[in-house]
Amino acid sequence: MEKDNVMSSLTATILTEMHTENSASLKDQLRRAERMKKLRYGALILPLALFLLLTFVWPIAALLKRSVDNPEIVGAFPVTSSLLHNWNGKALPDEATFVAFADELGKTKGTPPLAAAAKRLNMEQPGFRSVMMHSARAMPPETGTSPKDALIAADSRWGEIATWQFLARNASPYTARYLLASVDRKYDEQGNIVAADEDEAIYVDVLVRTFEMSFVVTVCCLLLGFPLAYMMASQPPKIANVIMIFVLLPFWTSILVRVAAWIVLLQSQGLVNQALMAMGIIHEPLQLVFNRVGVYIAMVHILLPFMILPLYSVMKGISPTYVRAAQSLGCPPLRSFWKVYFPQALPGVGAGGLLVFILCMGYYITPALLGSPKEQMASYFVAFYTNQTINWGMAAALSAILFVATLVLYMVYSKLVGSPDVASKAR
Amino acid sequence: MFLPPAKLSLFSVACAAFCLMSGTASADVTVISFGGSNQKAQVKAYYEPFMKTTGSKLVTGEYNGEQAKIKAMVEAKNVSWDVVEVESPELARGCEEGLYEKLDMGKIGAKKDFVPAAVSECGIGLFVWSTVLAYNGEALKTAPTSWADFWDLKKFPGKRGLRKGAKFTLEFALLADGVTPEDVYKVLGTKAGVERAFKKLDQIKPSIQWWEAGAQPPQLLAAGDVVMTTAYNGRIATAQKEGKKQLKIVWTNNIYDFDSWAIPVGAPNKTDAYKFIAFASKPENQKVFASEIPYGPTNLKGTALVDKAIAAELPTAPQNMKGALASNTPFWVEHGEDLEQRFNAWAAK
Repeated sequence: MEKDNVMSSLTATILTEMHTENSASLKDQLRRAERMKKLRYGALILPLALFLLLTFVWPIAALLKRSVDNPEIVGAFPVTSSLLHNWNGKALPDEATFVAFADELGKTKGTPPLAAAAKRLNMEQPGFRSVMMHSARAMPPETGTSPKDALIAADSRWGEIATWQFLARNASPYTARYLLASVDRKYDEQGNIVAADEDEAIYVDVLVRTFEMSFVVTVCCLLLGFPLAYMMASQPPKIANVIMIFVLLPFWTSILVRVAAWIVLLQSQGLVNQALMAMGIIHEPLQLVFNRVGVYIAMVHILLPFMILPLYSVMKGISPTYVRAAQSLGCPPLRSFWKVYFPQALPGVGAGGLLVFILCMGYYITPALLGSPKEQMASYFVAFYTNQTINWGMAAALSAILFVATLVLYMVYSKLVGSPDVASKAR
Repeated sequence: MFLPPAKLSLFSVACAAFCLMSGTASADVTVISFGGSNQKAQVKAYYEPFMKTTGSKLVTGEYNGEQAKIKAMVEAKNVSWDVVEVESPELARGCEEGLYEKLDMGKIGAKKDFVPAAVSECGIGLFVWSTVLAYNGEALKTAPTSWADFWDLKKFPGKRGLRKGAKFTLEFALLADGVTPEDVYKVLGTKAGVERAFKKLDQIKPSIQWWEAGAQPPQLLAAGDVVMTTAYNGRIATAQKEGKKQLKIVWTNNIYDFDSWAIPVGAPNKTDAYKFIAFASKPENQKVFASEIPYGPTNLKGTALVDKAIAAELPTAPQNMKGALASNTPFWVEHGEDLEQRFNAWAAK
């Protein structure tokens, strides 16, 4: 309809223009008019496009860049870095490198750039921070001593090739070390990628755990939410509305309040345990919180509306006549549900499942409050590196891994369901 | 001076705005500290008297020691905090990294009046606090006396509370394993020593209940969730004062450290920030603080003023200092990130 209107108004303009100006060909004018229309439509969505660019695309790009950024060493020692870049690494660097390094150490002494560089190197080799700090304190060299001797006097490690190789390895503006560390890999002394030490490896397990917990929560939400949504869709609007309010009421309550309430209910002296003990079902309190069980209970509770709402809206649009028709043609009830009803509800299952799964992957506060260290998911470590150790490279790398995992998931989903247009199906 | 009316009104508006801005800036000092009973004591000892005597307004807030906030504010050059309470390793790191102002002691007080270790380049000690072993006297028949007892699950069955983090947890593990306080950081500085600490922690891992905020240990003890826990001495003392007499402190091999005042670089109201810090460093005010919560004064004259009964509860009391371990700030600045990472990996398995 809309297209027709556009076309008719278009032809109208063209016709009036043709009266006044006959020289230009019809084709050119048509093209020009179309271009103008497109520009006008474009101008309408421009604010939104700009908004998205600023609040969505740019932060993600900045985050991805931060996960490979390595500005500390190059920033504090630019000349030394470029000299080390051309060094062959076979013998100790030449005199000029020592002079440049001593000079730059002296210049940055007591300033934030040196602290940042020392912190960065300490990350690779614990204890190297103090090597940098006390070497800097000995700079600039006293008159008469060569910078090389002064550096080696300050710390004998400057006389070893390995130390300079270490410095050279880290003196590039970009590094993959954060991304590698996020999948429990690291560079060894020769610069090869190797598996991290067993007692330091953690993130592969954490990522697997993140997926596993998200999957369990999604399945639980589906099993609980599907029958409820089905019931709501088949009730008259009056009753359906009442049930809807019950679904939405907790949805509007603060997440912190709900998590705190679960602690009160589930703790060892809590209501649930006391009730079970009073009824004589158990004799000792069950451990229901600060473990996986507590996290699952609370997460399913919090995320259930995200499953029910898309399911309900899809089910609402399914006409009951199809199932009735199937049954009247002799199809047994279960079979007609499975063959006729369920395929029509599938877009809702997909949309709800994807929504819950992706929300789960980024969950932080619920596992942090209700779980033990064994329940923490990837976002916990993002927060840990952001707040506690201020290692923003590592935080960005872990987020990047999560981001990519989410994208892959979405792609798999759209391949399976056929159309990426989840939103319109869930409407 | 003649100005057209439009320009005049614009001028006056600009002037009014400027006066308003500078007016609020000189009136408010924003002080951020660790919350809970520690902050309550600060209100009594420092905030209220400061406002009364100087007439300036304090804006107070609390945080959990996350340096990320301060770093973000300083990097964005949009600092809204004037005075912050920080722990020692964070202070040392922040000072090197340019997060905190280098302090001018002349504006605060005489250096010789303070415990020497409390005065550093960017901070001035606010109080001495201690991490101790605390237990529930009702839940345990015999009293534990050492970290070895903390690890003894047979003699003292029940859950143990420990702070979720490597700092101090590893020290206590080594102390329980028989390392003397003088050698703890020497041993922890070696790979074998770290191994040894984690092995020791493995022994009680299934019985550990982790805590994160200082207010948690007294709650866990009182609710019977744990029988023993590490805790900040002041928090246990406050709980005792509130009637939870069954909570007890064991001072053997406690670890003490300073909390300090620091001024973030680019603080909006530096002059009054100094005034506040000077006020909070005065002996008579530190005495009030110590009687509200038993954390030791850093001003030596303040220690002398404290009542005898309270003095015995302070980490700085001679009998409590015996066998105590000073937290090694350079060690944690250097090894903190590495050991915390290792701790995370260990705890998550």
